[in-house]
Amino acid sequence: MSKPVIATATLAGCFGCHMSLLDIDERILELIELVEFNKSPINDIKTFTKQCDIGLIEGGCSNSENIEVLKDFRKNCKILVSLGECAIMGGLPAMRNGIPIRECLEEAYITGPTVRMNTKKILPNDDELPMMLDKVYPCHEIVKIDYFLPGCPPTADLIWNALLALVTGDELKLPYEVVKFD
Amino acid sequence: MKEKVQNIVKKFHNDRSRLMDILLDIQKDFNCIPDEAASIVATLLNMSKVDVNQTISFYHFFSKEPVGTYAVYLNNSAVACMMGREEVARAFEEEVGTSFNSVTEDGLIGLWDTSDIGMNDQEPAAIINGIVFTNLTPTRVKEIVIGFREGKDISEMVDKYGDGQNSNELIRSMVNNNIRKKGPVLFSEYEVGMAIRNVANYSPEQTIEIIKNSNIRGRGGAGFPAGLKWEFCCKSGGEEIYLVCNADEGEPGTFKERVILTELPMLLFEGMIIAGYALNAKEGILYLRYEYKYIKDYLEDVLQQLRNLNLLGNNIAGKGGFNFDIRIQLGAGAYVCGEESGLIESMEGKRGEPRNRPPFPVQKGYKNMPTVINNVETLSSVVKIILNSPEWFKAMGTKESAGTKLLSISGDCKHPGIYEIEWGMTINEMLEMVGASSVQAVQVGGPSGVCIDPSQFARSISFEDLPTGGAMIVIGENRDLLKEFVMNYTDFFIEESCGSCGPCRSLTVILRNKLQKIMDGKGVKADIDELYEWGNYMKQVNRCGLGQTAANPILTTIENFRPLYDSLIKTDDDFVSTFNMEKAVADSCKYVGRVPKL
Repeated sequence: MSKPVIATATLAGCFGCHMSLLDIDERILELIELVEFNKSPINDIKTFTKQCDIGLIEGGCSNSENIEVLKDFRKNCKILVSLGECAIMGGLPAMRNGIPIRECLEEAYITGPTVRMNTKKILPNDDELPMMLDKVYPCHEIVKIDYFLPGCPPTADLIWNALLALVTGDELKLPYEVVKFD
Repeated sequence: MKEKVQNIVKKFHNDRSRLMDILLDIQKDFNCIPDEAASIVATLLNMSKVDVNQTISFYHFFSKEPVGTYAVYLNNSAVACMMGREEVARAFEEEVGTSFNSVTEDGLIGLWDTSDIGMNDQEPAAIINGIVFTNLTPTRVKEIVIGFREGKDISEMVDKYGDGQNSNELIRSMVNNNIRKKGPVLFSEYEVGMAIRNVANYSPEQTIEIIKNSNIRGRGGAGFPAGLKWEFCCKSGGEEIYLVCNADEGEPGTFKERVILTELPMLLFEGMIIAGYALNAKEGILYLRYEYKYIKDYLEDVLQQLRNLNLLGNNIAGKGGFNFDIRIQLGAGAYVCGEESGLIESMEGKRGEPRNRPPFPVQKGYKNMPTVINNVETLSSVVKIILNSPEWFKAMGTKESAGTKLLSISGDCKHPGIYEIEWGMTINEMLEMVGASSVQAVQVGGPSGVCIDPSQFARSISFEDLPTGGAMIVIGENRDLLKEFVMNYTDFFIEESCGSCGPCRSLTVILRNKLQKIMDGKGVKADIDELYEWGNYMKQVNRCGLGQTAANPILTTIENFRPLYDSLIKTDDDFVSTFNMEKAVADSCKYVGRVPKL
């Protein structure tokens, strides 16, 4: 039997959840024995080359590209998992949700204290750039999400336990230490 | 301004626990609480300004900006909407020339949405500058707005007074009592002062024993045995004990306390005095919801009459050491202050956020002293128990629910109003009594209660079966249950949540959006399942009754009206997204100057 295939992506996130995935330390050797990685920043495969079993999504949807990537993952993965606070709730990026988009763009490109070079006050509008959404959306509002792994980031043990449970079909172990956040 | 504010603060002895009264007076004098006034108050009371501001921002009837020389607070509860509230609101907007929740440019008229004001039997109703206007129609709205423009005094615009004491010169209100059925406990004839003179012959312990023997349970909704509450409080061993009467009936659909306060205030105050004696309390406080401010002067007068009769004050009924007085504390518009610990916070001049329990109010309540908080109806009933006997009281009602219950019945029925019934009446009997036919559902106990379908109309109104604080709303078969009720009630909880517990603050909104998704025909079965699962979660993770019951309108209709939900969902999909890319990118593309590429 071929090994289960995993794909991962970061949308509007900080890569912290991927860092946490790497925090499984030497168990990564065990992991690559168990699974095969497809599209993922970990191996730098940019496009899906086959149908995957598990997709891990870090980050919520802040722009049109996030939406496309997420929909692509839904199409190519049997099981989709929201990994971490941003994917589940929007997280820190969603702090802009109460602020009009106009103010966000002005602050980022024109009036912000660290903006020095943009003397012509240009707002990025090239057609090649992703389009900003009105707010940051959690992934489950865009596509069906099968599982949610909470945390900022979810601990390495939580990710490891969850992957193991998904791959082996065993029951997921969730000891208190793994899901407590304070 | 400084002098005016100083005088107000001085009037309340620079006591920061009287912040509510101070702010109420400022709001009245300035038509808002200007920022400068908040600063002055903070300095005088030796508080941080943030503390003053957070109290101001908590209450609906406090405002930092002027609310309009004529401020119209129009009720938007479900029954108001059933009775034509929307037409009245549109008429106001048209005549005034501004939309709701704003003030006209000249500052003359402000229009404001308001949660239930306790007038469900005479909706649509509004509070204008503290005066209640009932049975509003678009035509009447035109006359009222003309009155505003002519600069008329608001009390001149009340065209006729209501029945009973509503025409009393200290009330002069157009509110009607609508007392439809007088029962043997609250509305029976009695001699004023007799019960107080009787208890003066008993010891406080004996008095508590009588109340315990009567099995009377709290009438506010939770149904805790009143005698036991008194006993617990006495055993808490504080230096002082306070008695509080909760007259903050904010549950949409209940208005029984309005009628007791109008017609039987003497009875209520006597009950408070008896409780005060039993608890050995020196001070009683009536927490009166702001919406009933129009009765306050009258109540103050009744208190004075009691003092003149030596039934209130020192050495009551000639008994040395029987000292007890009552003051009235006005609220400022917050449903959650009906929750007893929220009410205590409010009485101390703070945001009405419920406390963690334990300690319970009977252990540490008002000013951290043991405090008994009883409902208006409970305390009023106490008098009759003393005058008759616990056995007389127990002989009425059912085993677990002794005595009678005052119901506020409204909605699709011929005779909305107040009914004093014996516990144990079935819903069918109740519907016949109020002249209701073709009934789709009955909302028992208001939004925080349950919504039941006709198959359950043989159930009885009692703590054993269908408990209620008194609100009964009859929903006719032609009503859109989800839109007119479940959505309205969910919006109500969102508006009234104090925001302290995360799930109550946020999940209510998530549930509302999910409900909207289903109503828009975009829901799937998983959405109903999640509504139900998450709604139940609310019961476990919120601190107070508001948060724990905020999902009840959704939960009980899913339980009792499941086909209604099922008929709205898509059965061939397991997931539907409401995300709309075109809409989501429109603003950002417009602002940066590019054509959306979809």
